[in-house]
Amino acid sequence: MLFTPLISKPDSVAQIMLKVLLALLPGIALYVWYFGPAILVSITLASITALGTEAVMLRLRDRPVMPFLRDNSALLTAWLLALSIPPLAPWWLVVVGTAFAIAIAKHLYGGLGNNLFNPAMVGYAVLIISFPAQMTHWIAPHGLEQGGLVSSGLTFSQQLEYIFHGMLPDRATLDAVTMATPLDTLKTHLHLDQPIRQILEMPIYGHLAGHGSEMVAGGFLLGGLYLLASRIISWHIPVAFLGTLLVIAGIFHLVDAGHYAGPLFHLFAGASMLGAFFILTDPVSSPTTNKGRLIFAAGAALLTYLIRVFGGFPDGVAFATLLMNICVPLIVLYTQPPVFGKKDGVFGKKARGDKP
Amino acid sequence: MRKLHHFHGGVHPPSNKAQSTRTAIAHAPLPPKLVVPLHQHAGEAAKPMVQAGDHVLKGQLIGMPDGFVSSAVHAPTSGTITAIDMQLIAHPSGLPNLCATLIPDGKEEWIARKSVDYREHSSAELQHLLRMAGVVGLGGAGFPSDIKLRIGKQKITTLILNGAECEPYISCDDMLMRERAGEIVQGAEILRYMLDADEVLIGVEDNKPEAIAALQQAITANEPALQQNKRHEVVTIPTIYPGGGAKQLIRVITGLEVPSGKLPTDVGVQCFNVATACTVYRALAHGEPLLSRVITITGNVRKSQNYEALIGTPITELVALAGALPDTSGYIMGGPMMGFPLPALDVPMVKATNCIIVASEKLFPPPPPAMPCIRCTRCVEVCPADLQPQDLYWFAQSREFGRAQKFSLFDCIECGACSYVCPSHIPLVQYYRFAKSEIRAREHDKQLADQARVRHDFHEQRIEREKREKAEKLAAREKSAQTAKLAGIQSLTPKQQAAQAELEAGRAHIIELAKSEVEQVKE
Repeated sequence: MLFTPLISKPDSVAQIMLKVLLALLPGIALYVWYFGPAILVSITLASITALGTEAVMLRLRDRPVMPFLRDNSALLTAWLLALSIPPLAPWWLVVVGTAFAIAIAKHLYGGLGNNLFNPAMVGYAVLIISFPAQMTHWIAPHGLEQGGLVSSGLTFSQQLEYIFHGMLPDRATLDAVTMATPLDTLKTHLHLDQPIRQILEMPIYGHLAGHGSEMVAGGFLLGGLYLLASRIISWHIPVAFLGTLLVIAGIFHLVDAGHYAGPLFHLFAGASMLGAFFILTDPVSSPTTNKGRLIFAAGAALLTYLIRVFGGFPDGVAFATLLMNICVPLIVLYTQPPVFGKKDGVFGKKARGDKP
Repeated sequence: MRKLHHFHGGVHPPSNKAQSTRTAIAHAPLPPKLVVPLHQHAGEAAKPMVQAGDHVLKGQLIGMPDGFVSSAVHAPTSGTITAIDMQLIAHPSGLPNLCATLIPDGKEEWIARKSVDYREHSSAELQHLLRMAGVVGLGGAGFPSDIKLRIGKQKITTLILNGAECEPYISCDDMLMRERAGEIVQGAEILRYMLDADEVLIGVEDNKPEAIAALQQAITANEPALQQNKRHEVVTIPTIYPGGGAKQLIRVITGLEVPSGKLPTDVGVQCFNVATACTVYRALAHGEPLLSRVITITGNVRKSQNYEALIGTPITELVALAGALPDTSGYIMGGPMMGFPLPALDVPMVKATNCIIVASEKLFPPPPPAMPCIRCTRCVEVCPADLQPQDLYWFAQSREFGRAQKFSLFDCIECGACSYVCPSHIPLVQYYRFAKSEIRAREHDKQLADQARVRHDFHEQRIEREKREKAEKLAAREKSAQTAKLAGIQSLTPKQQAAQAELEAGRAHIIELAKSEVEQVKE
């Protein structure tokens, strides 16, 4: 049976997801450059787990397996989660997180298109709450050995040995080969009443934020600009998120530069760039109206900053995303744009107070 | 340069018009049989005026307009009517409708044609002439033109001729503008005169430079005939689908937004298709009723072409002229965005048939299986009505029709731009059509139920009132009887007294009955 429109733009969910995956590549390449290839192991592990879990869940839910496996959405969840977990995390951490993200956060909510929460961030939240210790195994970027912070770097095979068997080479300790994230270090040292300027002179800090990690954030920014240019995402979420973060961090920094890091630090530290372009922009769990996107992203930036500076977790992007995900239906309802010929809003003038 | 405005969204599908604009409009040969539906327009069907066996002349009235919104139907050529019966017509429903079958005699014998100078007539007289000439909108909806010219007290400032023709593949208006620009411009002046509008703006998309040039030339050439100080202007508008939607076109050209649920006349604008203007001219200046139109035959054919064909020509004949290729899989009436598949090929073309697209799997590959909506809002970006298609889809799918209505489902013009861009290949428009028809059906049911309830309530009240009145009457009679009895009981004979007692008993019985009936009703 024919039905109109008979023609359609050559595009598909799989292609959209693929472009997002491609946009992650510059960031991943810089990640590998600065922190070694261990991240590729987590990405591979997460990808395999995601596809496996997706297949099992689709079978259990009696849905066609192949079309959904090919849509690349599970891969995207896997990559985003892998990029949020320390590369030296034990293999089962990646597997548990990814399986939880796909099985619980995605499929129990109805699968592709129906999840209220960003699956990757649910996975991350589960891991950081359940296994906080393992979630601190961040590798130090290369080039810091001379700085005396890290005694000796691990070779790739030694990293693999640790990821899969939990074994470190003789005389090496975990503390010696891993480090706290720049955000975490800042928080710890601020608690020791050290002034910001002194803290930022530590070797793990680079020009803007963490040495190496700031470059990775730059890579994500680059990929994000590609997503904007290819119109996969609209400007509203990244601009509102980064803008709000910039403004809030700027205000605190202006008031007390000794205790609050500058705005650029916050933009390039932690998962700000990844969140702004890749996580908060997940179409399924973010608002569909442009005004709603602005509110959603601004709220996420506010929460991110509050969690980072005043909360107990090293970074706030994941929890900020999840908390704002909850508000999405409400935000969408109250930000409906006016319909053609009804410039008083989608519900018309008379029914303004009568929201469904 | 006129300042143009824009509407939200829109898409740029490949136009595919070049195939059918390479050669001039051809005259389709007289077919062996014509099937003329009596319901080719919006509104009431025309009443048949001929019987099987009648000989008719070209242009003879065979269907009388019946009702306020209705239009006349004529014999497209001379010949013999062989049947007036139900036949399959080109309608999405695939249901048959009353048609007159005409076997042409090949003589093309005309009725007496009378040319009319429109300046000597009032708008109302001209409206009647157009109604009797069967002039309806040729853009697709087939709305009787005389109704659109009946504007009442509203002041129309701008008459817009729609020459946008934004749907891919269709080129009948383009070719008509190229070849008969003069008639279009003169028709436009007639329409302007009837509406008493201040200006005529002919909106043409910028992918039709030949048509634009021809119209401009025609305006210059007809300068003396056109009313002084009333502007006629060709407005070149950007090519974007659905720029030819009436409300979108009005928005682009004038910047005015026709309010939801209102008509263009409410903002002082009226809009006609260019082909309609041409027909108006032919009807008045030459006395020719609407007997033929230009139709594009394109798609999977050997030679895409525009034909001037008689109304009632079977589509098979036209497709045969163009030569459908062997791998043909179906036929679409209208464009690839908003057209509908033909229920069968032997249906006749009607006044509103602008295009037949011969489809093949290669030309229009079936869409991949639909994936779930990922709320990417590409549909929102292209929606010319500023709707939230992904939400409407959700409501339609979950049968939340009330919410669909609140989210302005009925402002959807079903242009298909959302489906065109959907990366999940969801047939969104089908969902909206489904939801709309469900809502309409429910409203119809509700109306019937409401009427029944009102009738029932009224019935109840009436019975109640009658009972009450009866009881009151009885009571009054009782009272008078009582007084009469007291006064005259002594003077009655025993026989009379017995009859009196009998009457009393009967009356008591009636009261009992009435009471029990009232109680029953109350139950």
